Amino acid sequence: MKKRNWYLRLGVVITFAVAAFTLVGMFYTPYDATQMSSADKYAPPSLSHLFGCDQMGRDIFSRTLEGIGTTVTIALATLAIGFLAGLVIGALCGYYGGLIDEIVMRICDAVTAFPSTLLAIVVIAVIGSGKYNVIAALGILFIPSFARLVRSEFIKYRDRDFVNMAKLTGVPPLRIIFVHILPNTWPVLLSGLTIGFNNAVLAEASMSYLGIGVTPPDASLGRMLSEAQGYLFTAPWYTVFPGLVVILLILGVGMIGEGIRERIGEKV
Amino acid sequence: MTNEIILHLGNVNSYYGRGKARKQVLKNISLTLHKGEVLGVVGESGSGKSTLAKCAIGLVTDIEGERKLNVENSQMVFQDSYGSLNPAKTVGWILEEPLRVRGLRDKKELRRRAVEMLQTVGLEEEHYDRKPSQLSGGQRQRVSIAASLIQGSKLIILDEPVSALDVTLQAQILQLLVDLKERLDLSYIFISHDLAVVYQICDRVMVMYHGEVVEQGDVDAVYDNPQHEYTKKLLEASLSLG
Repeated sequence: MKKRNWYLRLGVVITFAVAAFTLVGMFYTPYDATQMSSADKYAPPSLSHLFGCDQMGRDIFSRTLEGIGTTVTIALATLAIGFLAGLVIGALCGYYGGLIDEIVMRICDAVTAFPSTLLAIVVIAVIGSGKYNVIAALGILFIPSFARLVRSEFIKYRDRDFVNMAKLTGVPPLRIIFVHILPNTWPVLLSGLTIGFNNAVLAEASMSYLGIGVTPPDASLGRMLSEAQGYLFTAPWYTVFPGLVVILLILGVGMIGEGIRERIGEKV
Repeated sequence: MTNEIILHLGNVNSYYGRGKARKQVLKNISLTLHKGEVLGVVGESGSGKSTLAKCAIGLVTDIEGERKLNVENSQMVFQDSYGSLNPAKTVGWILEEPLRVRGLRDKKELRRRAVEMLQTVGLEEEHYDRKPSQLSGGQRQRVSIAASLIQGSKLIILDEPVSALDVTLQAQILQLLVDLKERLDLSYIFISHDLAVVYQICDRVMVMYHGEVVEQGDVDAVYDNPQHEYTKKLLEASLSLG
C-alpha cells in the first residue's frame, strides 16, 4: 500500500494559496499601500480594513499584499543568484576534484563559519541598504551552501559506471556534468532549494526588521514586523497578520521540501 | 582468429594513491589481444583485474609502459548493470547518446538505430521508453551490452558481466555475447573470478595474483595442466564448489 504524502499535498495547497495572495497583491490592493489617513490610526480589523490599520492609518491588508510581493521577490532573486552560482561551482568542484576544489571549499568553509545574516549586515554596511543591495548581499552569501550541496551530489555520481561509459563514448565533460549527472541530483537539489527559499525569506525579514533591508515607505513583511513591534499592545493586529503570512509562506514551502525528502526516502 | 592485433600492453605498471600511501596495483603486465579473440582474466578480488581493464581501455591514464589500441571505438560492460545505466534517463536516450555526441540529430533515425540495437540484444521496441529501474537485472545487462555496441565498438571489455545474475540468466547472456562476437566481428577481454564461466567463453586465459600475471596460455592448456601454484589452488577451489 502506498503511503499518502500529506506533507507534500498540504505544502502545495498552502504555497498555492500564498502564491495567489502574492500575485493578487502585485496587481491589486484595496487601498494604496502608502496612503495615510489620520482618521484610521490604529483602526482595529473591520470590514473596510480587514487586517486593521497601522500607526499612520495605512491599510495593513494592502500593505501585507504588497509586502509579501517584495519579500518573495527578494527571496527568489537571492535564490536565483545563490543557486545558479552554487550549481556551477559545486558541479565543477565535485566532478573534477583536485587542488582547485580543495581551495574553493576552504573559502566556502570560511564564509559559512559566520552567520549569514551577520555577514549580510556587514556587506550592507559597506554597499548601503536598499532592495537590490539586499538581494546582492544575500545572494552571494547563499552561494557556499548550495555549492557544497551540489558538490556532494556530484561526488556521489562521478565514479558511477554510467559516467565511465559516457567518458569512453567520448561525451564532452560539460555534457557529462550537466546532461548526464545533473538530472539525477534534482530531487536533492529541489529539497535544498526549499530550505534556501525559507532561509532567504527569514534573512530578508530579519534584515528589514533591523532596518537595513527594504527602506520605508516600501512595504516588506520584515519591515512591517519591525514597525509593528512598537505598537504590540496598541495595535496587536499589526504584528499578527504580517507574522501569520510569514509563517504560512515558510510552512508551505518547508512542507513541500519535507515531502520531497520523504519521496526520495521512499525510493531508496 | 587472425593475426591482426587489437590491443597491446607492454610492461605496464600502475599505481594507486599518493605519497606514502602509494601502492602498486599492476606489476609489469604485458598482453596482446588479437582480432576475434576472447581473452579471459581471472584472479581473486583485489588482484588488479578491474584496474587492468581500466588501464587497457584508457579510463586510467596514469600508467607506465606501452599501450596501443588499434580500434576506433571500445567500450566496457560492468558487473552492476544498475550503476552502468543512467537512472535518470530512458533506455532509448541511453542508447542514442553515443550517436548524438557523434553528430546524429535526426530523431527518427536515432530511434530506428536504438530499436534495431535493442532487437540485436534480444529486447523489444517496448523497452525503448522504460527507465533502467523498470527492467529486470538480465534486461538491464542486455541494455548495457547494447549501449556498449551502438557506437560500433570492436573491442568490448567485460568486467564480471554475468556475476550478478543467476545461473539461467548467466547462460543466456553468455550465449548472447558469443553470438554477438560472431555476428559483429568483436574481440573481448573477459574479466571474471568464475573459472567455469571463463572456460566456456574464452580462447586464452591470464591468471592474475597480487597485480602480477602468474600464468597465461590457451584455456585448455592452463586448465588441464596448470603450472603455477596459485592457478592450481584456484582450479581446485572451483572444482570442489562445482
